[in-house]
Amino acid sequence: MSLVVRLRSVVCLLGRFPALAGADLDVEAGEIVLVAGPNGAGKTTLLRLLAGLLPPYSGAVEVLGVDLAEDRISARRRIALVGHETHCYDDLTARENIQFFARAAGRAADDVDRVLDTVALAEAADVVHRGLSAGQRRRLALAVALVRSPDLLLLDEPHAGLDATGRDVLAGVIRDAPAAGRTVVMVSHELEIARPLATREIRVVGGLIHPVTESVPHS
Amino acid sequence: MSEHPERTANIWREAALVAGKDLRIEARARVAVGQILPFGLIVILLFAFALDPDRGVLARVAPGLFWVAVLLAMLLAVGRAFAIETHHGARDGLRMTGLDGGAIFLGKAAAIAVQLALLEIVLGMGVIVLYGVDVHGIGVVLLTAAAATIGLAATGTLYGVLAAGLRMRETLLPLLLLPVIAPVMLGATRAFEDGLDGVPGDAWPWVGMLGVFAVIYTTIGVMAFGALWEEAA
Amino acid sequence: MSDGNDQTTVRDELLAPVVRKVVGVTAAISLVALALFGLWGAPPDAVQGDAQRVMYLHVPSAWLAYLAFFVTAASSALFLWKRTRAEVWDRLAGASAELGVMFTALALVLGSIWGRPVWGFWWAWDARLVSTALLFFLFLGYCALRRVPAADPVGAAKRNAIAALIAFVDVPIVHFSVEWWRTLHQKATVFSPELNPQIHGVMALTLWIGTIAFTLLYVYLLDRRYRLAVLEEGHAERELEHAIAERVGAGRSVVA
Repeated sequence: MSLVVRLRSVVCLLGRFPALAGADLDVEAGEIVLVAGPNGAGKTTLLRLLAGLLPPYSGAVEVLGVDLAEDRISARRRIALVGHETHCYDDLTARENIQFFARAAGRAADDVDRVLDTVALAEAADVVHRGLSAGQRRRLALAVALVRSPDLLLLDEPHAGLDATGRDVLAGVIRDAPAAGRTVVMVSHELEIARPLATREIRVVGGLIHPVTESVPHS
Repeated sequence: MSEHPERTANIWREAALVAGKDLRIEARARVAVGQILPFGLIVILLFAFALDPDRGVLARVAPGLFWVAVLLAMLLAVGRAFAIETHHGARDGLRMTGLDGGAIFLGKAAAIAVQLALLEIVLGMGVIVLYGVDVHGIGVVLLTAAAATIGLAATGTLYGVLAAGLRMRETLLPLLLLPVIAPVMLGATRAFEDGLDGVPGDAWPWVGMLGVFAVIYTTIGVMAFGALWEEAA
Repeated sequence: MSDGNDQTTVRDELLAPVVRKVVGVTAAISLVALALFGLWGAPPDAVQGDAQRVMYLHVPSAWLAYLAFFVTAASSALFLWKRTRAEVWDRLAGASAELGVMFTALALVLGSIWGRPVWGFWWAWDARLVSTALLFFLFLGYCALRRVPAADPVGAAKRNAIAALIAFVDVPIVHFSVEWWRTLHQKATVFSPELNPQIHGVMALTLWIGTIAFTLLYVYLLDRRYRLAVLEEGHAERELEHAIAERVGAGRSVVA
């Protein structure tokens, strides 16, 4: 199986602070990796690094076969990051936001409708982002990522702010990922909910990555 | 691995996508129409307070005042164009799309240019009415405005992204931008002087200069925007 | 970058200490020579009298302003071009820009001081003065940009370099359009005492001494400012290495 992510002794800076201080990681295609750890450990930094949004200060970073120290930008088209923010525009409707990202990724119009159904936003499709509830916004963020059909899906605390519908949607998306040829790396504090969904768990502490040795049950 | 459809990385198509997004947001939010335009009109009105309207001064300085008002409005428009990208992490979303930096530049600049053009039409009518100006060469006036607007939009977008990620952007943007567009102010005002109450034929060299400026800064923008966009944290 | 250490030790100083000392001494000597010639050796101007002596300072200042800007732009270009990218160019660009602000301000103030007795007012819309004023603001903006604290030092350096080049492209456009503006709208006699008339003999010599003196001064100050930048960066980098070591150490002890 090919390596989707390969990190070796990666140091990543936020300003002058080394958020990641020598991280190592291998992720194979089709894995669902749960990233746990205390606040401020570097989990969000790790995701932003994998998304190609943050340059590495030192060390080797290879994502989807691309060396991110050389070229962060070309890999992004195949990666989606669902972060704390929705990445959407307040004055555009849910549908229009998804359409923008779909068109940017060269996706077709019916992909938009399909994704709206997947995240259960079909009814609220014509509500502007500003008027959506917090739970709806989280689902929209997921939709905007999914419509691009990414090979690597990065989720930063996806369970935060999700309502019951959202949790089902999220579980479905994660469960269907390997079949869709998608690898998932998910940061979560809600370990009870997230553990059953993951194939593997790692802990980030003090800017370093540690594997969690006890076996993690598959869903 | 999942299927990826053919992506014709067509810079024009991508620019149109970005421009369309920005203009649609403006159509909904109506910031340019509802806030920036009235601001421009107030500025023109206030100039009349500063300069005695009864002594025929206004008509003579109308070209300069018009362009100063446009300049001030442009600062707001550029600020707004990049402000929408700061909410909800939109900038990260846009980065993740992998859209070409040059395309994003052209799209944003085009949207700003459209808004400026509408602004200029209204402010222009305001100036004609309030300051009592004659239009001798409408062709010259329109071409001047077109060239100047493109130059302003291109430079504004370029410096807008430069200042975008910075903490002091509201105050840094004017300081960076205004000296650079001084030639546009100069050329547009001179051309308007000739086109409004003077001899329209004299304006053509200035229009030429404005055109050159627009071409230079649009080219620089397409080349440099991508790198600057990345660094804007 | 951690692999830039070789570059840093080679470029800790802009000039070798011997060269710097020679430049410094020569600058001092030529400044003294300038003072002697300017205040005493050169004759007073036929039309402007002793007020013209300010020119011996103003003209070199203006020349240095443009030289400094050129150095900033050239360094920025060298920094951006991948094959020549090195920290030295970024530091040089910043150092030269700060000196440029100083010389431009000096040129403006001296031009104004000259103008008062000669024209009768503190300012005139002469093409040269207006262009210099805009140059001043272009420089100032660039220096203000450099001062903004940056999250990503390499990215900030690239941004600054691009900003310098964008501004530099504008300089000829500004120069040309302002020149054109003032010649088309020439207001006769009040502007005729030119800032740069034809001069010969001792006066020309004095001007040359002034130009050389100021250029040497610029080079000397550039070296010193560069050194200051190196010291600042070295300090910041040591703090960073320390922070990394601390964090790695803390991380290891948690696992153990």
